[in-house]
Amino acid sequence: MLDRYGLIGLFAIVAIIFPLIPLLLARFLRPRKPNRSKMETYECGLEFEDFPVEAQQVWVQFRIQYYIFALMFVVFDIEVVFLYPWAVAYNSLGLYALVEMIIFLVILVMALAYAWRKGQLEWV
Amino acid sequence: MDILNNLFPNIYNALNDFFHGLLRGANLRPDAESFIVSLIMGLIVVVFLVAISPFLMLSLTWVERKVVARIQNRLGPNRVGPWGIFQIFADMIKMLTKEDIVPANADRWVHFLAPVVTMIPITLILAVIPWGRGMAPADLNIGVLYVIALSSLGTVGIFMAGWGSNNKFALIGGMRAVAQIISYEVPQVLAIVAIVLLAGSLSLVDIVKLQGGWAGFRWFLFAIPVGPIAFVVYMISAIAEVNRTPFDLPEGESEIVAGHHTEYSGMKWGLFYMAEYLNLFVVCAIAATLFLGGWQGPLLPPWIWFFVKTLLLILIAMWVRGTFPRIRMDQLMKFAWQVLVPVALVNIVLTGLALPIFKAIGLI
Repeated sequence: MLDRYGLIGLFAIVAIIFPLIPLLLARFLRPRKPNRSKMETYECGLEFEDFPVEAQQVWVQFRIQYYIFALMFVVFDIEVVFLYPWAVAYNSLGLYALVEMIIFLVILVMALAYAWRKGQLEWV
Repeated sequence: MDILNNLFPNIYNALNDFFHGLLRGANLRPDAESFIVSLIMGLIVVVFLVAISPFLMLSLTWVERKVVARIQNRLGPNRVGPWGIFQIFADMIKMLTKEDIVPANADRWVHFLAPVVTMIPITLILAVIPWGRGMAPADLNIGVLYVIALSSLGTVGIFMAGWGSNNKFALIGGMRAVAQIISYEVPQVLAIVAIVLLAGSLSLVDIVKLQGGWAGFRWFLFAIPVGPIAFVVYMISAIAEVNRTPFDLPEGESEIVAGHHTEYSGMKWGLFYMAEYLNLFVVCAIAATLFLGGWQGPLLPPWIWFFVKTLLLILIAMWVRGTFPRIRMDQLMKFAWQVLVPVALVNIVLTGLALPIFKAIGLI
């Protein structure tokens, strides 16, 4: 019996090759007739090159509020990392563990409440 | 009936014996022989699973088009074959023969790799799903964690598509997709914690085993009140995570053209499409495993039960798509953080409190 993680490894290799097969197949089947207007960036029918230079700049920096969500995600994901071992071992830990976890959750909920109060959970 | 029940494990064993028989003549050391056989068997299982996934996905697109058409009082595809069932092959041929247009300004490598990167993690999740009795390809003892870790990886591919296309619509779509997926990841994962608490195990196979008996009333869905709450939170976040209406803002065609795959055509676009439907299948399969008892069920073979439950959940997702309008981005984020996360957190504490009661009545 192959080790379970060995199977996952095999799966990973096949999963990486698998999406490349239709791409390769399509390479031989599809036509290839590029021209200038085809290769242009899609702008709802407007000519991209007529735009002023600063409007052609697409790779922009996003506003800072956006990253607050990423921070919140990291906080809660770390919480989850603690919650899973706790959940698995809960049966053998008893009431004490529940109280501990409630304290832990309350601290995190306070962070959520703070962000909520500050209006950081609003998408602007 | 018995043949059907154990169809796939029997085929597996027969093939296993066959390869052992083939190699016996080579007079290898016993451990070398079993290693080679398990390698071959592993490859067969993996290739089989990966090979059925496009057909799974293509038939899902057909089901979806039919169901949504009926909801909207249309007929849906009905030209190619009976009930339009060969539409799926027509679609496949069309995707393969479409010209692949890469914009001149795009980052070529990122643009090319994005659909591939989106596909990989979703395909990998198929490895731990218990498809039937004794039919989990890899019974990991951290199965749930594996699923969660991989399901959030798909975001990378979507963002690569948004960034690599060098198009404003694509970038906005990618940004939205990342914000949405990471926001809905949190309530989804917190809802699963309640199930892990009930089961006391992270292995998907164990979780299914625990839900057997009592004519279906030991499904975690019926662990009232915590089961239904966790199920609803999970399903809402799952639908949001696969970017389906009413949460399809990353590709909202009426505002940002097609979001992250605006600049994609041909098979690359096809891969995104495939990833989306495969993702839908995977989240529904995981929901069936965690809440609806996986392959447990009377009379029918276990693997058919598994597909019936999964298909039922997929139909619910399609029904939701046909019924609700798209919501706004700020409502979307608010809903995740201000409704679903608190509900899921309270649900965890409730589960911890209710666990002794469930034990007393023998539910778990």
